[in-house]
Amino acid sequence: MELFLFIVIGGITLISSFFVVFQRSPLYSALFLILTFLSMAGLYLVLGAEFVAIIQVIVYAGAVMVLFLFVIMLLNLDNEKREWMTKHIQQKYFGVIVVAVLVPLIGLGISTPLLYSKSQLGAPGTYSPQIAEQVSNTAAVASLLFTDYILPFEITSVLLLVTMVGVVYLARRVKKQSLPGK
Amino acid sequence: MPESNLDLIASVILVLVKIGVFFAVFMLILAYITLVERRFLGFFQERYGPNRVGWQGLLQPIADGIKMFMKEEITVSGANKAVYILAPIVFVAAALMTFVVIPFGDVIWPATMEIGGRVYNFTLANANRGVIADVNVAVLVIFAISSIAIYGLIMAGWGSNNKYSLLGGVRASAVMISYELAAALAIIGIIMTTGSMSLMDIVIHQKGYWFGVIPKWFCFKQPLAFVLFLIAIFAETGRTPFDFTECENEIVAGYQTEYSSMKFALFYLAEYGHILAASALMVTFFFGGWQGPFVDAPVLKYFLPIIYFCIKTSIVVFFFIWVRATYPRFRYDLLMKLGWKFLLPATLVNILITPVLMKIFGDL
Repeated sequence: MELFLFIVIGGITLISSFFVVFQRSPLYSALFLILTFLSMAGLYLVLGAEFVAIIQVIVYAGAVMVLFLFVIMLLNLDNEKREWMTKHIQQKYFGVIVVAVLVPLIGLGISTPLLYSKSQLGAPGTYSPQIAEQVSNTAAVASLLFTDYILPFEITSVLLLVTMVGVVYLARRVKKQSLPGK
Repeated sequence: MPESNLDLIASVILVLVKIGVFFAVFMLILAYITLVERRFLGFFQERYGPNRVGWQGLLQPIADGIKMFMKEEITVSGANKAVYILAPIVFVAAALMTFVVIPFGDVIWPATMEIGGRVYNFTLANANRGVIADVNVAVLVIFAISSIAIYGLIMAGWGSNNKYSLLGGVRASAVMISYELAAALAIIGIIMTTGSMSLMDIVIHQKGYWFGVIPKWFCFKQPLAFVLFLIAIFAETGRTPFDFTECENEIVAGYQTEYSSMKFALFYLAEYGHILAASALMVTFFFGGWQGPFVDAPVLKYFLPIIYFCIKTSIVVFFFIWVRATYPRFRYDLLMKLGWKFLLPATLVNILITPVLMKIFGDL
């Protein structure tokens, strides 16, 4: 059952993320990206991590992508896409370089568990899917965040606060300067 | 066939029956809320309202449905067809999905039952509880679903290729985003007191009475959160005094301007689905859900909680209609100001106060 769900949801994730890359219209890309995020949430659910899954939906599918869509729709990027695409033709070459760097990295990540035996990989984490099913997900995440990972957590919060202050500063209304001659 | 599989099949059948009955009743109620709203608005404004089709207008929703089916299906020529058609589907699906996690009763079926000489177990997957899916992150699920609903509005606004639609869609989604935040933060006080995000646990926590009279509902325990959540949920469902999605003197009918026939009906359905879901959430969070006197009585316990839940929910729905008939519309910039400068800080204050009070007085 788990394998079946994984294959179905993983298939949807892969196909929709391919569509994200190969769609001509930025709007359709964004819509398929939402589908990708939703199916990734499904993958987390299969792993028994319902808290992460729902947070994935709220934060990425619900909040981040709404802003993406706002920008795409209000700027009406569809009309400008031809001009925009011809302008950035040299991106192709950079893309090849990036792929050449990333493919070995990803390949290494995928092949690690296959190459080594289980004992060489080290002990499994405290929260295997079987354990995660028994304890309350949210409580487990919260207690880890506020004990073992308190420093990274606080640093992230401060970083976000800095970003927020920066955005407010940039977006504030500039006081109108009196026009010359008035 | 192994013995335990028979139990699983029995539970699955019960779950499917539960979903089927729930869906049918839900759709019927949605149709009749439109009638209730129009009749009550009529009474409030000293006119009759629709009372011609059937006794007291009881067949009006069915007549409306048939009329909607007969109307011409128009797809605007400049519309982006895929987005235009997908929008009402997303919106309706999100509106109906909220109810999956809301508990409407306690135990609706005996745990074990003897059928044909074999004792079947109905407790697998909470099949005999009065909730379709008792998820332990239910509160988050609700906000996740309502954040997906925003896409329906944005897509409808953009896909119609109409300035007013786009403005309406942007307005509606901006309001929903900002007020969803306030609604979610208002609930945190309740999660702190209950120590769980499952709606079933939240309802069970509201059992009992103070001095034998006042029920231990969260509207008394968390009065600030109650008021804030009420305001936020009004804005989120797009009801008067915050109904900027169809502010007809400014943007025609907002995101649904270009929709006709059943697509328009779907938007209408989703709107009332949101109202019903919001009322059910109000009841679950603040009015004790299915709690009430005699819910533990031997036979009554199977249906009394459902009746309590329905009565409480219909009272909140009536409140929604009442407010619509009473208050004029807000101004849009004031709405945003209210959301970000008053509601949000107030919910944060509530989050600060709750643990302090809990530490001093314990859980009352």
